[in-house]
Amino acid sequence: MTSITAAAPAGKRLTVGASLRRNRRWALYTSYFFLILFAIFFLLPPYYMIITAFKTDSEMAKLATNPWLITGGATLDQFRILLRDTDFLIFFKNTVIVTVCVVVITMVVSILAAFALGRMRFWGSSILATGIFLTYLVPDTLLFIPLFQIVKSIGLLNSYWAMVLVYPTLTVPFCTWIMIGYFQSIPKELDEAALIDGASHMQMLLRIFIPVALPGIIAAMIFAFTVSWAAFVYPMAFLYSADQQVLTVGTVTSLIRADVYKWGMLMAGALLAAAPPLVIYAFLMDYYIAGLTSGATKG
Amino acid sequence: MADVSLRNVVKQYDDVVAVASINLEIPNHEFVVLVGPSGCGKSTTLRMIAGLEEITGGEISIDGAVVNDLPPKDRDIAMVFQNYALYPHMTVAENMSFGLKLRKFPKAEIKARVDNAARILDITELLERRPKQLSGGQRQRVAMGRAIVRNPKVFLFDEPLSNLDAKLRVQMRTEIKRVHQKVNTTTVYVTHDQVEAMTLADRVVVMNAGKIEQIGTPNDLYHHPATRFVAGFIGSPAMNFIPATLESNGDALRVRLTDTLAFNVPDGRTARYKPYAGKQVTFGLRPEHVTETRGHHNGVGQEFNATLDVVEPMGMETMVYFRIAGTEVCGRVEPTAAGNAGAQMPLRANLDHMHLIDPATGLVL
Amino acid sequence: MADTVQTWGATATDKAAAKPNTMQLLLRRRSTVAFLMCLPLIAIIVCLVIYPAFYSIYLSLLNKAQTRFIGLANFTYLMSRDTFWMVVYQSTIFALAAVFFKALIGLITAHLVNNLPAKGQRKWRGMLLVPWVIPLALSTLGWWWMFDPTNSAFNYTLRSLGFSGVPWLSDPYWARFSVILVNVWYGAPFFLIMYLAALKSVPEQLYEAAAIDGANAWQKFIHITLPMMRNIIAITVLFSLIVTFANFDIVQIMTAGGPRNMTHMFATYSFLLGIRSGDLPLGAATSLFMFPILAIAAIFILRGVRKRGREIG
Repeated sequence: MTSITAAAPAGKRLTVGASLRRNRRWALYTSYFFLILFAIFFLLPPYYMIITAFKTDSEMAKLATNPWLITGGATLDQFRILLRDTDFLIFFKNTVIVTVCVVVITMVVSILAAFALGRMRFWGSSILATGIFLTYLVPDTLLFIPLFQIVKSIGLLNSYWAMVLVYPTLTVPFCTWIMIGYFQSIPKELDEAALIDGASHMQMLLRIFIPVALPGIIAAMIFAFTVSWAAFVYPMAFLYSADQQVLTVGTVTSLIRADVYKWGMLMAGALLAAAPPLVIYAFLMDYYIAGLTSGATKG
Repeated sequence: MADVSLRNVVKQYDDVVAVASINLEIPNHEFVVLVGPSGCGKSTTLRMIAGLEEITGGEISIDGAVVNDLPPKDRDIAMVFQNYALYPHMTVAENMSFGLKLRKFPKAEIKARVDNAARILDITELLERRPKQLSGGQRQRVAMGRAIVRNPKVFLFDEPLSNLDAKLRVQMRTEIKRVHQKVNTTTVYVTHDQVEAMTLADRVVVMNAGKIEQIGTPNDLYHHPATRFVAGFIGSPAMNFIPATLESNGDALRVRLTDTLAFNVPDGRTARYKPYAGKQVTFGLRPEHVTETRGHHNGVGQEFNATLDVVEPMGMETMVYFRIAGTEVCGRVEPTAAGNAGAQMPLRANLDHMHLIDPATGLVL
Repeated sequence: MADTVQTWGATATDKAAAKPNTMQLLLRRRSTVAFLMCLPLIAIIVCLVIYPAFYSIYLSLLNKAQTRFIGLANFTYLMSRDTFWMVVYQSTIFALAAVFFKALIGLITAHLVNNLPAKGQRKWRGMLLVPWVIPLALSTLGWWWMFDPTNSAFNYTLRSLGFSGVPWLSDPYWARFSVILVNVWYGAPFFLIMYLAALKSVPEQLYEAAAIDGANAWQKFIHITLPMMRNIIAITVLFSLIVTFANFDIVQIMTAGGPRNMTHMFATYSFLLGIRSGDLPLGAATSLFMFPILAIAAIFILRGVRKRGREIG
């Protein structure tokens, strides 16, 4: 009698356990199924861009072949034409110059400001912090017309140095904002220990704060890089000659000549232009995501 | 190494008085512990000595020189923080040498000092690690090492052990005492733990509500508390306080606790308490002076019966809790003598160690 | 004792008033240093954001040649134009539809990724983030190529499945759909990472407690996940509304506002008027219409961020 009653619940528990496991496995399969669907949606355009960049022009001219595959043999011709016959390399060089300058300016300005705002309260500091956040919310398309007039009046129209001047309005507020968060998360005792060890404000910033907040600094740098690499409105509005053009606008405007779209070459250009951000993300994605989510969630 | 003195030191934040006019003389080499409940002003006092808080009023001097206006780095002090405050991006050796580097010491000297401090603290094999790779106790040692290499005039400790678990805390306590005996630097140590204060200090400063309640050696504070606060704060379990009336009984005095229970004041105390005869007082007696009637306590003290509420065996002794006139009282008895909860137990109070406190002023009479 | 405190407090202040001690000087210098450190930032904000904003208002009150002050004529002119009202309508539809689907897809994918075993999550997250990493102008170019009237890879697939091709960018309604589709594709990953981070910040014990209380997966989502994430959802949605409403790249590259102005948005329309047609004042007036809408969203975001900050502590 006792053995039977003991066995029955045990058997029942076993089946419950098995069905729990089965449920969990099914949930996992369903997750994978839908994730694959979403991944196809998200990765289709880049995939198609890559495919196109390696196709020959003659294959693209044949409308009957399957466009999703390379059937006529892969080629590097598109890249060769792009680099040899177009201004692509000039765009690339200009973009690198602009981006490096903007990242340096952004980091200097926002680290100094974040150190002051995060650690040394002063009159108006909280108003300024709010102001910085609101500035971050100002989209670039709101002010490009007055900025056009300003850039023109100081003689920088059609010069990529104008980009170096105006991009920081897009990068500095957010970088300062996330750096404030990172600096504030450093325990107060650490500055006090440094103070007792004899550090000045500058030494504290350079030898304690910057090394300790390095993940935040990396996140801010990636943000500044991304924004200035991908900016489109300002160069579209302020730059018009090829020798001053940057990659985004150059690729979508100057490479399109006459009515015949050289799609293979265009895609090759887009791929090369998109490569630097992709490479950086591949290595530093975690820093960037941590910085970005902390900036938005912690405030 | 130097003496430290605080004269009428005041700290005020807007309307809140954190520290109200403190006077304290710390001679060279002394280990002084500031102890008190949280918010009593002990940490603020320490931070004023360090120069991390501005002094609202009064004067602090180190080695005879007033330091009120000196920034922390010029006061020649070193501080150990509660959360260690180690620089996370530096190795142990770099952490310890940072202050010396900023002061532009020669490399050889820095290395010699770091090695020496590491030897004292037994952390030589950790020198190349980073704080993240260390245990709590090891971090604490490094924090102390950072203070020692500076060879400062004064060591300041701000609750250095409260982030450690109980066992490690006892270990590090001994360690701190050992280090102090070796380097012999004037030390000011802040804690809320009275056991730490008692075990470490040459002198203990008990603070409460921004004021000093009493300054004295650990034994002094334990046996001769000046105020009810000190009497209650020092010692664990805390002293029993029972409201009572001091009665004259011919030439002798009697402490009346209830209608049926009164204890005779020992003859040696009669003269001292005579002026308070007939007044309301608070009767204070430590648990170890409320014991069982059997055993070696025989013949000392006055017997009474109690109905036990709670019995807490501790191993080497047993705590018994009962009520006198509605007040919970704790006694400390031999494990073999303890009865069960609810049972009657004969107990003995040793009045030779009694205290009487004026309920109005809180002063021990 | 209280008296002593009073006296000491008084003497201290008297002394400070008479001759500031070095400690106070130090503190005063500290806030000066702090202000100087903020100065470059303040300069950027004042010169390149606040000044242009006011300059924009001034500009919008001038005539095309910027020779004459014409009051609100630019604004009344805009409001009398059907195209302008189409821009208002299209920007609103575009922002609302795109943000809705971005948030929905973000929420779904965040949940899916969160369900995976921990070691696979990073890989999937990286893969799903790709659209957001490619500069928008360049990926839009890729989409444009897929929508190309003669070579459309989509139409090839549709035709080989027996359907007829779709005029992706030449039919106004399909063009609107295409523009929104590209925006959803680009923006959903941002929601994904935000929601994934928020999901991870919900304490596991809450779900365990709910499981013991007998909640099923849907009830857990409704009663725990959503309330815990409400604030972050609100912040990201509002933020995305601003960015989407002011979007420029997609429309400019794929349709340039056409066909028949039926995909124009504020940004592209003011670009057309201000830069392409050279009427800066009219362009400035157009973009100024965005301001109140964006300001309202910004105020709500700020409130949400502050609240979230307090909740996290």
